[in-house]
Amino acid sequence: MREVKKSVPKKDAYGLIRGKPVYTDDIAPRDSLVVKILRSPHAFARIKNIDASEALAMDGVELVLTYKDVPRKPITRAGQGYPEPSPYDKFILDEYVRYVGDEVAAVAARDERTAEEALKKIKVEYEVLEPVLDFEKAEGNPSVIHPEDDIFPQFDIGFDPKRNIAASYEMEIGDVDKILEECEKDPDCVVLKERFYTQAQAHVMLEPHASFAYIDMHGRLVIVSSTQTPFHVRRQVSMVLGIPIKNIRVIKPRIGGGFGGKQALHGEMIVALIAWKTKKPAKLVYTRREVFEATYTRHPSRFDVTLAATKDGKLKAIVYDVLWDTGAYGEHALTTLMVAGSKTLPMYNKVDGVRFRGKVVYTNHVPAGAYRGYGAIQANFALESAMDMLAEKLGIDPVDLRLKNIIREGETSPIFKIMGEGREGVEMIIKSCKLEQAIKRGAEVIDWKNKFRKREKNGSKVRGVGMAIAMQGSGIANIDMASAILKLNDDGSFNLLIGATDLGTGSDTILAQIAAEALGVSTDDIIVYSSDTDLTPFDTGAYASSTTYVSGNAVRVAAEKMRKLIIEEGAKKLGMSPEEVEFDGKVIRAKDGSKEVTLKELATVRYYTEDQKQLVADGSFVGPESPPPYAATFVEVEVDTQTGKVDVLRYVSILDIGTPINPNLARIQAEGGAVQGIGMALYEDVKYSNSGKLLTNNLMYYKIPSRLDVPDMHIEFLESYEPTGPFGAKSVAEIGIDTPPAAIANAVYDAVGARIKTLPITPEKVFFAMKK
Amino acid sequence: MKIKVKINGKWEEWEIDPSDYLLDVLRREGYLSVKKACDTGTCGACTVLVDGFPALSCSILAATMDGHEITTAEGIADEMDDYMKALASEGADQCGFCSPGLMVMVYALRKEIENGKVKKDEEAVKRYLIGNLCRCSGYLGQQRAIFKFLGVK
Ligand code: FES
Ligand code: FES
Repeated sequence: MREVKKSVPKKDAYGLIRGKPVYTDDIAPRDSLVVKILRSPHAFARIKNIDASEALAMDGVELVLTYKDVPRKPITRAGQGYPEPSPYDKFILDEYVRYVGDEVAAVAARDERTAEEALKKIKVEYEVLEPVLDFEKAEGNPSVIHPEDDIFPQFDIGFDPKRNIAASYEMEIGDVDKILEECEKDPDCVVLKERFYTQAQAHVMLEPHASFAYIDMHGRLVIVSSTQTPFHVRRQVSMVLGIPIKNIRVIKPRIGGGFGGKQALHGEMIVALIAWKTKKPAKLVYTRREVFEATYTRHPSRFDVTLAATKDGKLKAIVYDVLWDTGAYGEHALTTLMVAGSKTLPMYNKVDGVRFRGKVVYTNHVPAGAYRGYGAIQANFALESAMDMLAEKLGIDPVDLRLKNIIREGETSPIFKIMGEGREGVEMIIKSCKLEQAIKRGAEVIDWKNKFRKREKNGSKVRGVGMAIAMQGSGIANIDMASAILKLNDDGSFNLLIGATDLGTGSDTILAQIAAEALGVSTDDIIVYSSDTDLTPFDTGAYASSTTYVSGNAVRVAAEKMRKLIIEEGAKKLGMSPEEVEFDGKVIRAKDGSKEVTLKELATVRYYTEDQKQLVADGSFVGPESPPPYAATFVEVEVDTQTGKVDVLRYVSILDIGTPINPNLARIQAEGGAVQGIGMALYEDVKYSNSGKLLTNNLMYYKIPSRLDVPDMHIEFLESYEPTGPFGAKSVAEIGIDTPPAAIANAVYDAVGARIKTLPITPEKVFFAMKK
Repeated sequence: MKIKVKINGKWEEWEIDPSDYLLDVLRREGYLSVKKACDTGTCGACTVLVDGFPALSCSILAATMDGHEITTAEGIADEMDDYMKALASEGADQCGFCSPGLMVMVYALRKEIENGKVKKDEEAVKRYLIGNLCRCSGYLGQQRAIFKFLGVK
């Protein structure tokens, strides 16, 4: 391998670091109308009257939209493949507002100040309704958050809005009740039942959501957006506004992070409608407060886990009973719920019985949506904490308990077939899995043998170690599709056109590396253009850890075809057969050394003089399976027994991501994911007032890790090769975030015997748990 | 009102409203490396130099800048080639939204170290840069690059 497994700098690095104007707001037309949104002050209300006449009459106000001015068409903003597994329960603007921050009206004005003034002039009379703010009381609550009759799912997702249920799912393997019953009676068996809670987390990508739209010279609608899913944006805008897909172009410029938060549509429909109506460019850039108040959080959860095992540590059954809070709209409700099962249960594939029961309820909170980890992190905290508790109950070292029960190469799990994302999954034999090695190596690096239960004291501070393991996927099998086009230029360089969406992860670069490797050329000779629905081929988008594996494979296919084409055309030019020549990336040469033609010469004659034609190749890929990356994480913490404060001293994570296409970029993904996971474990927490108003609506109240909060970190990639991946690669985007909550909780227990089952692990909780 | 500022080495005259923040004026005048990320003085993405010292442009009224010297990432990029190389070769620039603000801060830090105002050690460097948040990278890659660039052992 020459171009992959190589840390080339990101293609956009220098442009980004020096601050070139490349993000949505930087490139919006200067004369754009500025769009501002009037947002609900109530957690739940019906708009009795809305009068925008005074706002409209203001000088500089171009348009005001209320629910009366927009098409009433239910949609989902989720930004998923079609048909979406999320219910169509949202309208561009609606008569009901379902959380503090929900859209009431949109104003388009000459400038920001005028738009803000106009918002104040809109008169709204609300009928305030009783909100549902406790997700454990949502099901069957007399307050029905979605009373309207014109909402529906695309297929059966267990949707029951009249009972505040957005989605539900159940499955069972084996007779779980019988296994549990027998185990309870058997002296050689133990059963552990525990309840865990995980909180809402905010994405806090540094670039707020931004989009603008204009009408081009052909009368087509062009939308530029900081989106992770340009093709889904095009489809959804077309659907809701009734503009044919052929008349819409969506472009994603550079974007300032997403983490799932930009998978959905936030603003695109409004700017599109305003541009369409006024024929003027219109832009909407969210304030940080709006990003907190009116985009997405991670789904909060209540997680009941039951584990049954024999005394010698063989797991017999795993049972999940899950309650999920999707907030006001059901985006990603079913799929995050199912991922809680599908991306954790297969890790322990030797059990006799598994049961999963889950419900996703509506509440009057900020909607939950896609967020890195996507259900798996919630489940991981519950399962891996429970495994630690089980180990203690059995008197077995947690490392040994994992080693006894984990999945290994060549094995499978029935879960793969039963649980997909929103529907059935696909069968899969695991072809690459270094989980066992990861656990052993991690234990060695942290020095587990000499630290576990040693509780080293230093004044009021006590040290402890904890561990957790995780798996994720690589795209959504049989659903996510990506494609790529490669064309040869007359100097021998190539344009790589891909629908894939780089959100700052470096995917443009690693896809170029994959193309270069398959072609046998240098990555410098690949010019990447991505994420433009007019100019690049289809791609479902950047989510579900799909880009390296799914888009990467599409690029590999296109590049292999191009290589073949070059050899054929080169052979023709030399008057030989393709079998008689070889291509070294620069020169097509007769194998006997008799003659040769450079790629540049070949391209030049093909374009200008002989047998003229464009050399172009395409490739598409749908993952027949979704090979999981794995991680084993070990942490050492220090707990101050006087305050309950937890410091993570050392963080060791050993990963199997297959071949790291670009080891540096993979490392940063793993480190960045881990730090977000540490934030979730220790302090990040979306909080509301008693009336449902978001309290944590800026970066003073919502804390994300700073550089002083980052522990000493050891990230290591094991040698691993996934035969179905491009040059052996699997995904890396999400696996890093899953393990910190459980690993840290387990380490805190090891240090001071305080078992924290509700995230985040705040000093207060640790302090009081220690006193118990 | 009108103000005169020396921006990236040349004097300009700007028409502003007394209530305008420096960040919004800079972006309006085309200095788009200056990013609005939090708007509450808590993230560092809008960092510029005012008379050579780092400042958060989202928290400064433009009206107070009359007669002052402002430097943005655009103004120092050419001098920071080694820094950019160090960051890029670590793969530590991810989405890049925090990058220009961080570069301005590192530029200021280098001066402070040269003047003996800040110690050239890991802890001091981290503390100096604590206000520059990054949600993508987890900071470690940035630090590997910055330590290399500053020669912190
Ligand atoms: S935008 Fe000024 S500190 Fe965040
Ligand atoms: S690189 Fe994205 S915020 Fe720092």
